[in-house]
Amino acid sequence: MSQLLTSTPYSGGVPAPVPTGPVRLHINGETRTLQLAPWTSLLDALREYAGLTGTKKGCDHGQCGACTVLVNGRRINSCLTLAVMHEDDDITTIEGLGSEDNLSPLQQAFVDHDAFQCGYCTPGQICSAQGLLNEGHAHSEAEIKELMSGNLCRCGAYVGILDAVKEVVDKESSEVRA
Amino acid sequence: MYPFTYSRATDVADAVRDKAGHDGSAYIGGGTNLIDLMKMNVEQPAHLTNVAKLPLSKIEDLPDGGLRLGATATNSDTAWNEQVKQRYPLLNQAILAGASPQLRNAATNGGNLMQRTRCYYFYDIATPCNKREPGSGCSAIGGYNRIHAILGASEACIATHPSDMCVALAALAPTVRVSGPNGERTIAFEDFHRLPGEQPEFDNTLAEGELITSLDLPEKGFAKHFAYLKLRDRHSYAFALVSVAVGLEMDGDTITEARLALGGVAHKPWRDKSAEEMLKGQPATAETFGRVAAHVVANGVGQGSNDFKIELARRAIVRALKQAAEGQQEAGDVYLGGQ
Repeated sequence: MSQLLTSTPYSGGVPAPVPTGPVRLHINGETRTLQLAPWTSLLDALREYAGLTGTKKGCDHGQCGACTVLVNGRRINSCLTLAVMHEDDDITTIEGLGSEDNLSPLQQAFVDHDAFQCGYCTPGQICSAQGLLNEGHAHSEAEIKELMSGNLCRCGAYVGILDAVKEVVDKESSEVRA
Repeated sequence: MYPFTYSRATDVADAVRDKAGHDGSAYIGGGTNLIDLMKMNVEQPAHLTNVAKLPLSKIEDLPDGGLRLGATATNSDTAWNEQVKQRYPLLNQAILAGASPQLRNAATNGGNLMQRTRCYYFYDIATPCNKREPGSGCSAIGGYNRIHAILGASEACIATHPSDMCVALAALAPTVRVSGPNGERTIAFEDFHRLPGEQPEFDNTLAEGELITSLDLPEKGFAKHFAYLKLRDRHSYAFALVSVAVGLEMDGDTITEARLALGGVAHKPWRDKSAEEMLKGQPATAETFGRVAAHVVANGVGQGSNDFKIELARRAIVRALKQAAEGQQEAGDVYLGGQ
């Protein structure tokens, strides 16, 4: 059986308004039930309904990576997916990676390496880098560059971003070896 | 976005039934192309049937020695699958040459076949486009057409298919398994996508309501001699201007079997079987590669801004054939072919 979230029939012409429905999301370890329309992107759900504005809307078309979040530990563009498609998925945003008093290793590395200027792409860069670490496929600088290519930085802070990500990649791989 | 209804299907039969029960509906997998098209009002389904969580995500051996790629397996999981890396490294490299890690993590194998052209005029609803609005005209012909087709185009449409994965698939020749209101059937990969002709609104040969359930690769993977060469305007995260997928079998320096497919040049992944025949039994030399490459682009037609693609494709074919013959490429975690 299909789980029909909305029941308004489409009668042709101008569609009747579609009511919102409850959507249960696990965000940063907390279960939230939000009243959402089917067309609400995961990005809009996070920013406008869950009050988590750390995730940024850049292009809203999957071309810049500013909206990157982790879904079940894997990085995706939250602008190109619907919130209703993620019922019961575990979603991690920049707010869930660390706090001001307790920065994650990547957050600390971004500070140490001056890996931003305006900061708008930074939450997406850090979530993407966390996804890169989880995947475990990037080791060399060339590999990190290629596997971070889904995140654009209009200020051009790429040199610092690469240094920051490389530092954490190196640290994690030496811990694995140790 | 505009209003629509949504349901999540639990199995294939449920998905087919749900879609058939809603006028103007569409399946949604990863959504990385469809949602973008909906935001641009290029596509306006009244109902979405979510198939992303159907139990079709396995990658498993087939009794005939082939490998079944589930339709809802993500592009990432497919590229990094150990069987794919070892037996079909051409596919591994082509997938990793496309999009970004975030997009590959969301995009499904079925959805990769279903993605639509990135022609600027197709995306811009203020301009005529025969693919979007049949009979309205083609704005790319006589317009700005740097990314457009040089092979197999028509007077109605010069759009290209944007996929990298599908170029490798064209060379590997899997079977596409589909389910629909009239049951199951299989489609040879070369028959799945179509040329524009007079009906560019149809990208493929699926019937109404049919859903891709798997891609079944044959045993032969060309794992020793292969190449995926992608040429684009920047090193990463850009669509191909021209890409070439090559698979060879060699006996010493002699080519005993060949597969050759191009991306970025046509309305469908462009496999050239006559070129493959020409390569058979020939020595792997610059002379052979040059002759075959000239043959592939002999009927190439430029549209002005994309004239350069004919020469670019010719040279790319020579380079990819040489790489494949020398066995230079290796499957990896990362596509670094453009660097």
